[in-house]
Amino acid sequence: MERKNRIAREPDSRVPAGDPGKSRKIDRRTFLARSAGVAGAAAAGWSAPDAMAQGLDVPPWMQTMGVPMRGYGQPSKFEAKVLRPTATGYPTVTPGAGASRTPLQDLEGTITPNGLHFERHHNGVPDIDPAQHQLLIHGLVKQPLIFTMAALGRYPMTSRVCFVECSGNSGPNTVNPKPPQVTAGAIHGLVSCSEWTGVPLALLLNEAGVEPGADWILAEGADAVAMSRSVPLTKALDDALIALYQNGEKLRPEQGYPVRLLLPGWEGNMSVKWLRRIKLTNGPTHTKDETSKYTDPVPGGKALQFTFELGVKSVITRPSFGMKMPGAGLHEITGLAWSGAGRIVKVDVSVDGGATWKEAALQGPVLPKSLTRFRLPWEWNGSRALIQSRAVDEKGNVQPTRGAWLANYAPPARYHNHSIQSWEIAADGSIANVYL
Amino acid sequence: MFTYRSMVAGAAAAVLAACVTTDSGSPAPTTGPRLGRAATPQEVAAWDISIPPSGAGLPAGSGTAKQGEDVYVAQCQACHGTKGAGKPADPLVGGVGSLATANPVRTVGSFWPYATTLFDYTRRAMPPTKPLSLSNDEVYAVTAYLLYLNGIIGETAEMNAKTLPQVKMPNRDGFIDMSRK
Repeated sequence: MERKNRIAREPDSRVPAGDPGKSRKIDRRTFLARSAGVAGAAAAGWSAPDAMAQGLDVPPWMQTMGVPMRGYGQPSKFEAKVLRPTATGYPTVTPGAGASRTPLQDLEGTITPNGLHFERHHNGVPDIDPAQHQLLIHGLVKQPLIFTMAALGRYPMTSRVCFVECSGNSGPNTVNPKPPQVTAGAIHGLVSCSEWTGVPLALLLNEAGVEPGADWILAEGADAVAMSRSVPLTKALDDALIALYQNGEKLRPEQGYPVRLLLPGWEGNMSVKWLRRIKLTNGPTHTKDETSKYTDPVPGGKALQFTFELGVKSVITRPSFGMKMPGAGLHEITGLAWSGAGRIVKVDVSVDGGATWKEAALQGPVLPKSLTRFRLPWEWNGSRALIQSRAVDEKGNVQPTRGAWLANYAPPARYHNHSIQSWEIAADGSIANVYL
Repeated sequence: MFTYRSMVAGAAAAVLAACVTTDSGSPAPTTGPRLGRAATPQEVAAWDISIPPSGAGLPAGSGTAKQGEDVYVAQCQACHGTKGAGKPADPLVGGVGSLATANPVRTVGSFWPYATTLFDYTRRAMPPTKPLSLSNDEVYAVTAYLLYLNGIIGETAEMNAKTLPQVKMPNRDGFIDMSRK
């Protein structure tokens, strides 16, 4: 039988003249070994080709049958190092209490893959059967209501792209006296961005009928700490979403499956996952997290309560710590900017530690309360440089320097840090996290 | 006030509003199919575990610091240390008066503005290996014990639905309300 895969071709001008066999360091023996997978096909009359003998320059995967279809796709094994760094506060006591961070430096665009969305749990991820999970809305309402997940799935929905950011994001740059030499993601990766789809909370609250006197809600999760937060009713009626889907698929368990609250632009802890209960109240409930944790101590001994809306912020993700400049020449400085107040309107980039600034290009679409990608071409001359980015939002808020931000708070200044990140590029191309 | 009539009117407005895309490019629906079922008072009572500063919703039961010490030693001490000193988990005692100093120590005693939060959180989340397993008497008692260790109440003071909300925490006035900015 004639070989069906024979390729009639002219000598390839792409192969270096006079040395056609050395353009790939794969010898014939390797080739044959890798072709073992097609032995069955060969037995049926289809024989593995001898590309080398024909002078072809082709990689082995062009001569081996590929992996078949599968029910759920996975990243390439060559991307196995792109992972969320995880940390727990009390590994022996509560291994599920902690966080994992989005590896911002390894990603591009603005949408975070679902498997790399940051996590912050207080006692692990609950394993919730959606057939048994229900959402109760009660308190200062005309009619307390219980919604099954099947019922919520029948509601008209809306989608919006927005970031979720933990209050503790970027804390490593303010609680540590010396700048930690870790990646952009390890410092700032408690932020991720997704397209969330679900039912506007206002719609469900209207069905229950809000009573006069209600001015806050209490949102509670069905995890093993029954995580709970108070939210002003104005936010609940504005853009709060009862989210069921994340980037098109049902929420991941670590993002609140089967249902979470989503409060665009506000500190992530309030977007209560595994949502089981919403109680309309008069005044905040003063839950543990909104008093003991996410309040901001200020000079003099008092603490701000609350900081809901997240400040205007940006970070350069490339070049950044962990990378090495491959040499002088044209490079792209790129990163992410976002604000809890709305759209990003401008990102300036400095390569001299803030002495001079140049406006970066914003990649569209620029959405409110969403990660925005900025880019600036940069001709690196090979000498020491201090690179920074500074974001401005549509309300005119300007990202502060680290020093200006710190001046407003008392130690440890652990939460809500949105100050400028500085990376130092040395002449040898290595990159360090520095405080300026 | 909300009525069914106003909802119908709202629905008409929503039809118009649906023609307008929102900031994020997707129209937000404003009326739904009313698929929630009425929750009974019994169901609500069985689900509602949050306790605000007023103490509304605190269950029956009571406990003193003396009784709470046993609960603490059995349920809490392995993680929170002897007498709430901490390690490996957070310290629960100390720091009262330290917040304005160069070395502020923020604990339940020195920082938390309401004692009701201590009851609420202990009941819903502790111990982490078996949350919602303590009896209401045990939660009242261990709450009393921690308040006692912080010098906020006496060893024999009984904590119950009436007395707990009346406890004045040392840092009650230590917060600047930014919620209405």
